[in-house]
Amino acid sequence: MSERAPRTIPVEIRAGRLGIRGQPIVQLTLTRIREFLREPEAVFWALLFPILLTTGLGIAFRSRPVDVVNVGATDPGLAESLRRQPALAVTTFAPEHGHEALRAGKVALLAGRAPNGSVVFEFDDTNPDARAARSLADDAVQRAAGRRDPVAVQDRLLREAGSRYVDFLVPGLVGLGIMSNALWGLGFSIVDARRRHLTKRLLATPMPRRDYLLSYLFWRMLILWAEVGVPVGFGVIAFGVPVRGSLFDLVVLCVLSSLSCSALGLLLASRARTIEGISGLVNLVQVPMWIVSGVFFSARRFPAVVQPLITALPLTAIVDALRAHMLQGASLAQLAPQLGVLSGWLFVCFALALKLFRWR
Amino acid sequence: MSALRVSGLRKAYKDVVAVDGIDLDVRSGECFGLLGPNGAGKTTTIEICEGLTTPDAGDVEVLGMRWASDATALRQRLGIQLQETQLTEKLTVIETVRLFRSFFDRGPLPQDAVALVQLEEKSDARVGALSGGQKQRLALACALVGDPDLLFLDEPTTGLDPQARRQLWDLIDTFKSAGRTILLTTHYMDEAERLCDRLAIMDRGKVIARGSPFELVASLGLEHVVEFSTAAAGDRIDVDALRRLDGVRDARAENGTVRLQATALHRVLPTLLDELSRQALPLTELRTRSATLEDVFVALTGRHLRDE
Repeated sequence: MSERAPRTIPVEIRAGRLGIRGQPIVQLTLTRIREFLREPEAVFWALLFPILLTTGLGIAFRSRPVDVVNVGATDPGLAESLRRQPALAVTTFAPEHGHEALRAGKVALLAGRAPNGSVVFEFDDTNPDARAARSLADDAVQRAAGRRDPVAVQDRLLREAGSRYVDFLVPGLVGLGIMSNALWGLGFSIVDARRRHLTKRLLATPMPRRDYLLSYLFWRMLILWAEVGVPVGFGVIAFGVPVRGSLFDLVVLCVLSSLSCSALGLLLASRARTIEGISGLVNLVQVPMWIVSGVFFSARRFPAVVQPLITALPLTAIVDALRAHMLQGASLAQLAPQLGVLSGWLFVCFALALKLFRWR
Repeated sequence: MSALRVSGLRKAYKDVVAVDGIDLDVRSGECFGLLGPNGAGKTTTIEICEGLTTPDAGDVEVLGMRWASDATALRQRLGIQLQETQLTEKLTVIETVRLFRSFFDRGPLPQDAVALVQLEEKSDARVGALSGGQKQRLALACALVGDPDLLFLDEPTTGLDPQARRQLWDLIDTFKSAGRTILLTTHYMDEAERLCDRLAIMDRGKVIARGSPFELVASLGLEHVVEFSTAAAGDRIDVDALRRLDGVRDARAENGTVRLQATALHRVLPTLLDELSRQALPLTELRTRSATLEDVFVALTGRHLRDE
């Protein structure tokens, strides 16, 4: 038991003395940020996971160095000539073993001499590697025999950034991150508060209800910098992924993307009472979009009939717009169709969420 | 002057009538209790008064205002503690109080509200690390940050250990002495007796008795309760014979214990002992005590408060 004497009620003080920190929207937004930062797992999934995924996929699908073609030779002199061409890996065979290697696909082409002294190339002309090997081998044999080119030729090699798989992947993962963080972040947080009867307790205070929902949007906006900046920055530094559009346009695009996904998250969380319920809803909405919205491979691969439907999905709009901005330097005006789709989702979902939201 | 006036209140959920025609009148400055077993309709009643639940019928007037027209102004003047709220575990005590304080136009500083419920040492501790009693005191601080004119406490000490309960009672006493109006619900008769100036006993959606704890106990017309058990099996006891003894109002046998409602101990005890030896029942336990609210509830319903 406390030994202290009973206290009297302290003097009443107007909210003004608490300053800006006394405003409900500030306190609610601070609460959102604290909840997020004090949940290390949430920080991991939101910020570090995209880096790991980009690294893994970037390495798996990196642009390979020029391939060397395996060829075989049944004549030591020919083998000697072919070895001067660095793009060919030459193995010398006894004639019977050479044909075996060719059939097994260990070599793309087998070079030998006919009884009359001419060179014979054996290869499958439907195999592009074999055709390339044929032309390289012919070139090597002719040069070794003293051919001189009548026209001088110079090669200039280009490895264009923006056309590799990693360039395709990074905008996709950024879009995926924006959606996934918004849906999980809002969904879990709101349903958990409802499950714990915290929303009901807040309803019993004079808290402006609008501020409660707004605090979730503000929180998303504050995290967005890291959510987009980390994977884009990583892509630029580690893989040289281009960002050709203007930074201002990128910010506008990401803010609109995050807002429409947050509105969708708000809508999904407006009624659910259990974590299992909201998990099911989020997955139901999200997983089909991962597949059809062109995050990992182009959405154009799906049949033409479903293309209008795919184009109307928020994740498709986000990913398409991010790719056009980063890879082709598209301006906001050029992205109007995608921005329109996103605004539509934002408006409809937020209006529905406000109507359906259940506080208890 | 009335702080809260309720008349003809009715609320049904699907096929269950939770509140069935309740009238209440809570005076300014008093601590009024709704006492009753679980499921009596106490929480539904208090949540209607708090403006969280809409009644099917009836009138509710809080601080002279009504929920339909004055909800915003009313919220500023009420302090509410709900039964099953779990506050955010990741926030600290002071952060939680600061959050709730931001919703109110006037009230104590957050640190003063924390001090008021004696949680200063835990000010920077996470809510998740608090004991049950500390969490309940934090909930109380969150109810007090708006310096409310009317405080609603729904089962404030349910699930707490005896020491934490006494500590919370002391705090509630402090607010009472500061002249605050309190409406609380409880299913603990000792809590109602200790804290409430007046109370309404509820059962199955209805108020079955009302008055001060003293009046309610006195209304039974008995001062004492005699309880005894015998070595014999319960069915061997002739309860009717006990009921006819001089000074005995009623007798009930229950789980091997016999409970007599008595008006005068000095006459009842000798005759009881004579009767027991006549029935050849060896006494193993004998207790006498003053009548309590529990006895009032038993007398009115034939059931105990704690029966589910």
